Amino acid sequence: MSPNIVVVVTIAVLFTVGVYLVLERSLTRILLGIVLLSNGTNLLILVAGGAAGAPPIIGVASDRPMSDPLPQALILTAIVITLGLTAFLLAMAYRSWQLHRHDEVQDDVEDRRIVRLAARDERAFEDDDTESDGETLDEEAASARDETDEGRATPPPPRGGPTHGEEGR
Amino acid sequence: MTDWSWLVPLPVVLPLSAAGLALALYRRPRLQRIVSLATLTLVAVVSAALLVLADSGPVVVEVGDWATPVGISLVADRLSALMLTVSSVVILCVLVYSLAQGREDGERFAPISIFHPTYLVLSAGVANAFLSGDLFNIYVGFEILLAASYVLITLSGTTERIRAGTIYVVVAILSSVLFLVAIAAVYAAVGTVNLAQLAIRLPEVDPGVRLVLQSMLLLAFGIKAAVFPLSAWLPDSYPTAPAPVTAVFAGLLTKVGVYAIIRTQSLLFPGGRLDDILLWVALATMLVGILGAVAQDDVKRLLSFTLVSHIGYMVFGIALGSVHGWTAAIYYVAHHITVQTALFLVVGLVERFGGTTSLDRLGGLAKMTPVLAVLFFVPAMNLGGIPPFSGFLGKVGLLEAGVERGSALGYTLVAGSVVTSLLTLYALIKAWNKAFWQSPPEELPAHRVPPMMIAPTAALVVFSLALTVFAGPLYAYTARAAQSLAERWPYIEAVLPDGQRGDGESQRAAEEAEDGG
Repeated sequence: MSPNIVVVVTIAVLFTVGVYLVLERSLTRILLGIVLLSNGTNLLILVAGGAAGAPPIIGVASDRPMSDPLPQALILTAIVITLGLTAFLLAMAYRSWQLHRHDEVQDDVEDRRIVRLAARDERAFEDDDTESDGETLDEEAASARDETDEGRATPPPPRGGPTHGEEGR
Repeated sequence: MTDWSWLVPLPVVLPLSAAGLALALYRRPRLQRIVSLATLTLVAVVSAALLVLADSGPVVVEVGDWATPVGISLVADRLSALMLTVSSVVILCVLVYSLAQGREDGERFAPISIFHPTYLVLSAGVANAFLSGDLFNIYVGFEILLAASYVLITLSGTTERIRAGTIYVVVAILSSVLFLVAIAAVYAAVGTVNLAQLAIRLPEVDPGVRLVLQSMLLLAFGIKAAVFPLSAWLPDSYPTAPAPVTAVFAGLLTKVGVYAIIRTQSLLFPGGRLDDILLWVALATMLVGILGAVAQDDVKRLLSFTLVSHIGYMVFGIALGSVHGWTAAIYYVAHHITVQTALFLVVGLVERFGGTTSLDRLGGLAKMTPVLAVLFFVPAMNLGGIPPFSGFLGKVGLLEAGVERGSALGYTLVAGSVVTSLLTLYALIKAWNKAFWQSPPEELPAHRVPPMMIAPTAALVVFSLALTVFAGPLYAYTARAAQSLAERWPYIEAVLPDGQRGDGESQRAAEEAEDGG
C-alpha cells in the first residue's frame, strides 16, 4: 500500500514550516509552529491507518470499503489535547505580554550569570574553605578563631586580587 | 483466590474523580483539603496492595471489558506496582507539606482552589502512565500529568515563573509531538498500539524500521527523562516553581520517562540494539550533569543538576540490558524518587527559614536549626552514595552489573559512575559547608518553620531510610521484577492469554455474533 502523495507532501510542508516557527523567539510564533506540527502529526496518524478496506468488525459484512477507525479515534484524542494546550500557551503568551509588553521567550538569567563567572574563572559563591588568598598556614593559625567564641566570626578581608561573589548582587 | 483486579484502575480513577469534586468545592477549602488527603491516602493504600498482588503475576484489567487489542488494558506488573507505590507515598508526603505551606502562606503560596484539583490530576496522570498497557494510553497519561504540571509550574504567573514555564511547556509539548509521531510510525508498521501485542509483532518487522521506531520512542522519552543532550530544559525550569511543586516534579516526572525507557528497552525492543549508544549517553548525562551542579550557587539549581546527573545512573542500568542491570536500575529509581523529593522539600524549608537558597547568602544553619541540618544531611549523604544508605546499595548493584558486562565500555561506565558519585559528594558537601557550617555573610531572617512542614519531610527521610533497612526484600523484589522483564512472556501472557486477544466481554459478543450470522 502506498499512501496518497498529496497527504504526504502536506505533512512534509506542515512539519517544515512548524519546525521553522518553533525556532523563533516569539511565543505566538512558537505556538503557531506547534499547531502546525500537531496537525502534521494528526495527518501522519491518518496515513498510518492505511487505505480503506474490509471492515474490521467481525460479523459485519459491508459491500463498501471502510477505513480503519482506530487512527481516527487517536487523532480525535490528539486534537482535543492540542486544543487544550494551545489555549494554555495562548494564556501564557498573554500573561507574558501583560508583564513585559512582549511575548519573547527569554534566556535563563542565572545560567547567564554562571557562564559569565566561568568566563572570568571565578567561583559561583564565596566559600571560606576553598578560598586561598595567598595566606600561609602560620598566618591562618594566628588569625584563626573558634566560631563558638564570643562574637561572630567574620571572613578575613580580601587582600588584593578580585573579590569573589560580588558579581550580580 | 479472590479477584482483586478491580483495584488496578483505582489509582487513576480516584484522583480524577476527586479532582472534579475538589474543583466543585472551590469555595470550601477545608473540604477540598479533606478530599485530597483522603483520596491520596487511599491511592497509597491501593498501590501498596497492588505491590503485593503483582508479586504473584501481573494483574490485568480491560477497561470497559473490551477485549485487549481493541480495548485499552491497564496492567500492574511488579515494575509498575513498585513505581506506583513509591510515587504515591511521595505524592502523599508532598501534599501534607503543601497543605501546611498553604495554611501558612495562604493565597501567596498558591490559589488553593486551583492547586488541589491540579495536584490530583497530576497524580492520576502519573498513575495512568505507570499502569497503562497501551502505547497511546501512555501518551494520554503523559499528557494528563504534563498538562497538570504546566499549571503547577506557572502558579500565580509571576515574571520568573512565566519565563521558566514557557521553556518547560514548549519543550514538553515538542516531546509529546515526537512521541505522537513515533506512535503513528509504530501503528503504520505493526497495526497495533497495545504493548503486549507490540511485543509479539515488533520482532517480525524489518530491523531497519525497528531501529527507527526504537530511536524515535527513546528520543521522546529521553526528553521527558532529561537525558543529557535533551536535558537543558530541566535545571532552568524546575527551581522557579514553589518548593513542593519542584519536589514532586523532581521526584516523579523524570522517572515516568525513565519507566517508559525501561518498558521500551525490555518489552518492546529486546536484544539491546541501542545499548552501546545509551551507555555513552548515560556517561555523558552523569558527567555533564554533575559538573553543572558543581558550578551552581543556588541550592535548588544545584539539586536540579544532580537530578539530571543521576538520571544517568538509571539509564546506565537500563542500557546494560542484563537482569542485574535492570534490578539495580529499578532499585535506584525507587531510591532516587524518595531522596530527591526529600532534598527539595528540605531546601524549601531552608528557603523558608533563611529567606534565600543562594549559597552566597546562606550560612550557619547547623547551629540555628539542627533539625533542618539533620534532614538535609541524611538524604544528601544518601544521594552521594555513602554506605550504608540506599544510594550506596543501588550504586554497588549498578557497578557490579557494569563489571559483569566486562567490555571496555562497561568499565568506562563503572569508572564514570564512581567519579560522578564522588563529584556528587563534593557538590553536596560544598553546599553543606557553606550553608550549614560557615557563618553567614549577613544575618539570616530566621523565620519560623511550621512543624507541620517539617513532619512530612521527616517522614520522607525516614521512608528513604526504610529503603535502606528493608533493602534485602526490596532488592529481591526488584530482582524478580527485572527477571520477569527479561523473560517478557509473563507480561504478554497475562494480557493476551492465547496470544491473540484478551478475555474481555467483546470476545464473547463477537463469537455470539459469529454463531448467529
